[in-house]
Amino acid sequence: MSVLLIAEHDNSKLKPFTFNAITAASKIDSDVHVLVAGTSCENVSKETANIPLVKKVLVCDSPNYQNYLPENLAPLVIKVSEKYDHIVASANTFGKNFMPRVAAALDVSQVSDIIKVNGPDTFVRPIYAGNAFATVKSGDKKKCVTIRPTSFDAAEKSGGSATIEKVEAVDIPSTSKFIKREETKSERPELGTARIVVSGGRGLESGENFKLINDIADKLNAAVGASRAAVDAGYISNDHQVGQTGKVVVPDLYIAVGISGAIQHLAGMKESKIIVAINKDGEAPIFSVADYGLEADLFTALPEFLAELNKLNTIQK
Amino acid sequence: MKILVAVKRVIDYNVQIRVKEDGSGVHTDNVKMSTNPPDDNAVEESVKLKESGKVKEVVAISIGEDKAQESIRKALAVGADKGIHVKADSYIEPLGIAKILKKIVEKEKPDMVFLGKQAIDDDCNQTGQMLAAMLNWPQATFSSKLNIKEKSLEVVREIDEGLETLEINLPAIVTCDLRLNEPRFASLPNIMKAKKKPMEQLNAKDMGVDLKNRIEQLKVEEPPKRKAGIKVASVAELVSKLKNEAKVI
Repeated sequence: MSVLLIAEHDNSKLKPFTFNAITAASKIDSDVHVLVAGTSCENVSKETANIPLVKKVLVCDSPNYQNYLPENLAPLVIKVSEKYDHIVASANTFGKNFMPRVAAALDVSQVSDIIKVNGPDTFVRPIYAGNAFATVKSGDKKKCVTIRPTSFDAAEKSGGSATIEKVEAVDIPSTSKFIKREETKSERPELGTARIVVSGGRGLESGENFKLINDIADKLNAAVGASRAAVDAGYISNDHQVGQTGKVVVPDLYIAVGISGAIQHLAGMKESKIIVAINKDGEAPIFSVADYGLEADLFTALPEFLAELNKLNTIQK
Repeated sequence: MKILVAVKRVIDYNVQIRVKEDGSGVHTDNVKMSTNPPDDNAVEESVKLKESGKVKEVVAISIGEDKAQESIRKALAVGADKGIHVKADSYIEPLGIAKILKKIVEKEKPDMVFLGKQAIDDDCNQTGQMLAAMLNWPQATFSSKLNIKEKSLEVVREIDEGLETLEINLPAIVTCDLRLNEPRFASLPNIMKAKKKPMEQLNAKDMGVDLKNRIEQLKVEEPPKRKAGIKVASVAELVSKLKNEAKVI
């Protein structure tokens, strides 16, 4: 039976994690259908139809779905999902917000944040901040599943030709009103999908000192991350937080600077391919997951690091 | 106005958990337990609203074994007025927890239910949203700032892209993020006083809801270990390793 995936997009294009979620959906069943709900989102439905793994696109174009209010989106998903065995979405703030509303309305116990598909009803998911992996089997007839995007490769973007079918909007409650969204604009790559991430912690001592991190990030074309301690101290905004309660990142290279390595931070980065830790405390737990550890004062090490990088002229973009 | 605030007792966030050898779960015997961290934020916000005069009563609820009462007592010690303990001796999935909470909401008739955004043990991130769906109430998840108006709530939420502001009608569900506030510590006199505050005792079995778990946990295992790394002596050596050995720059 087919899988229904709920696409995340900004009404002009798909958000990157949707491609990863499509890959995961295709491992549940090859007949992947994607619901694109939005306002003037024609381009998004065309983009989705181009993805080879997608067999059908259901598009619901209505002012009701401009801002993903879960009170509005959930009833539509419930109506569209009648014919499907699986309803899936990415386990980011998009999917986490509406999927449990869908599951509860259908009396289904949701399987959250899966990192592996073992079969149509069996999945692996991290628990205790990734300190244990649970293999779980859902006994519900219909399954609601959210997918950890960084655990699956992004689907190919072009070459497909899925059919596009229109879906009628459903009535919405008027209990909830969108006021505004303040997106943090950055010239740098997005934290969730960057090839290199440079993160700072409490060791940076101030927001101004994050310039040292930013300079390295610019040189490496990297995203900037932070520990919860740095965010709580007000050095940097919350959307940079890496960890159990922030973003989970899996870059090729993760550089942790002035981060001690609390369990909650490790949960967000320890699957990175190469981890570098720069910390003046040689006993800091971050060194236990680092491939390369440098015990040094970051205020002297970072300028030196930048100078060494400047000597190289072959930085990969 | 009245707030129902839900708290869960979990393995303390500082404890390095150990997976059981037989793959049936994690060790919980003789392990330090405490209130789920974002639930502390939910309690703190409830109490702050009471202190500001906007809220009259704060009721703290926990569902779990007898020791879940510790988390309720902690909420009472920082300012909640009354506790409700729903005894449950085995694990109940978020769907079942939400069904129990719905029953309690129907009885207590709060204007708002506050919960932590996620429990740090099963990391499900479902209960608040499920309760909202069952009650057909609006929801604000990952809330980091609240402003209570007469019949609505203006909420700033933490989303992947930054911040989002919503206005939702009351009654409503709010799930709390860690930056909503700084939870206070209970003073010794208040801990003593909390022992005299009322605590209603109920049993999950008697709630008249279907609590059968739908998800079977087949096994729990340790994640693959990272191979031990090395310490480098200098920045130059680090850059050389990254370039020539790891080939990532």
